[in-house]
Amino acid sequence: MSKFIIVGIIFGVTLYKAEAVSWYRIFEMFHFQSFHMYGIILSAVVAGIVIVQLIKRGRIRSVDGQQIEINDKDLSIPRYLIGGFIFGLGWALAGVCPGPMFILLGSGVTVLIVFLSAAMFGTFLYGLVRDKLPH
Amino acid sequence: MIALIMFVLIYFGKEFGISANFRVMCAADGAGDYASFFKFDWNSQGWNLLVALGAMFGGYLASHYFTDPGENVAGISAATVATLAKMGHLVEVGQVPIVPEFYSWPSLFTLTGFIIIVIGGFLVGFGARYAGGCTSGHAISGLSALQLPSLLAVVGFFLGGLVMTHLIFPLFL
Repeated sequence: MSKFIIVGIIFGVTLYKAEAVSWYRIFEMFHFQSFHMYGIILSAVVAGIVIVQLIKRGRIRSVDGQQIEINDKDLSIPRYLIGGFIFGLGWALAGVCPGPMFILLGSGVTVLIVFLSAAMFGTFLYGLVRDKLPH
Repeated sequence: MIALIMFVLIYFGKEFGISANFRVMCAADGAGDYASFFKFDWNSQGWNLLVALGAMFGGYLASHYFTDPGENVAGISAATVATLAKMGHLVEVGQVPIVPEFYSWPSLFTLTGFIIIVIGGFLVGFGARYAGGCTSGHAISGLSALQLPSLLAVVGFFLGGLVMTHLIFPLFL
């Protein structure tokens, strides 16, 4: 169990020290005024692509020796574009996405507990109306 | 480093995605009584809550032990500092805090603080679940697995972010 906490700690320290938790960095990214955030995301994705390809070719097995399966996501255009758009509005507005929210909360920005509650309420409302939304 | 974290979680037989925790927390609070979306075995997702808990510890450690008090700044570019100054937010190059002054309890009761924290949180929570993931799930995990839906979601993230930053911010920030 505790292995997941350790993964989370490494995630938290990494994003904090990389300044990816900073509202200003997100603001800067959406103004295309620095390569910083793009560098973080790009390097993660490039390394990730290599890892996923190794897994798919069966070179890497999971901790219990099983073949790892990576599920394809179902393709639907409105869901990802509209949902993504709404998320993007919030991401730029708050300057924090869900990972940094937990990290900043831990670093002492306690007011983010309100942000967390609002995000849970948003998720809850989505659960209520999801049958009526285009997916 | 982030890719390594994703790899470790895949290696443990899981998927990397932080925002799924919002659904888990809703379900744990009994939201299953209101919508079938929250009727799932949330105990099986407990590992993801542990990752979030770890992230909080990580934030505490990074800010209290791995950062000197004077060093707790975001090294944003001079161009961004100039843009902020034009909007009336005066910060100095090399002295920009990690989070702006509106991330505080008093500012929650101002219009700007309320919009940013409460409306921002709501949009993030709603949008992340609608799109089926956030930055970690789509931009990192999804793009790494060459998933077209994730690319669409990331395009959506950026469209939303650009509209907010360039069209909506000038109205109130």
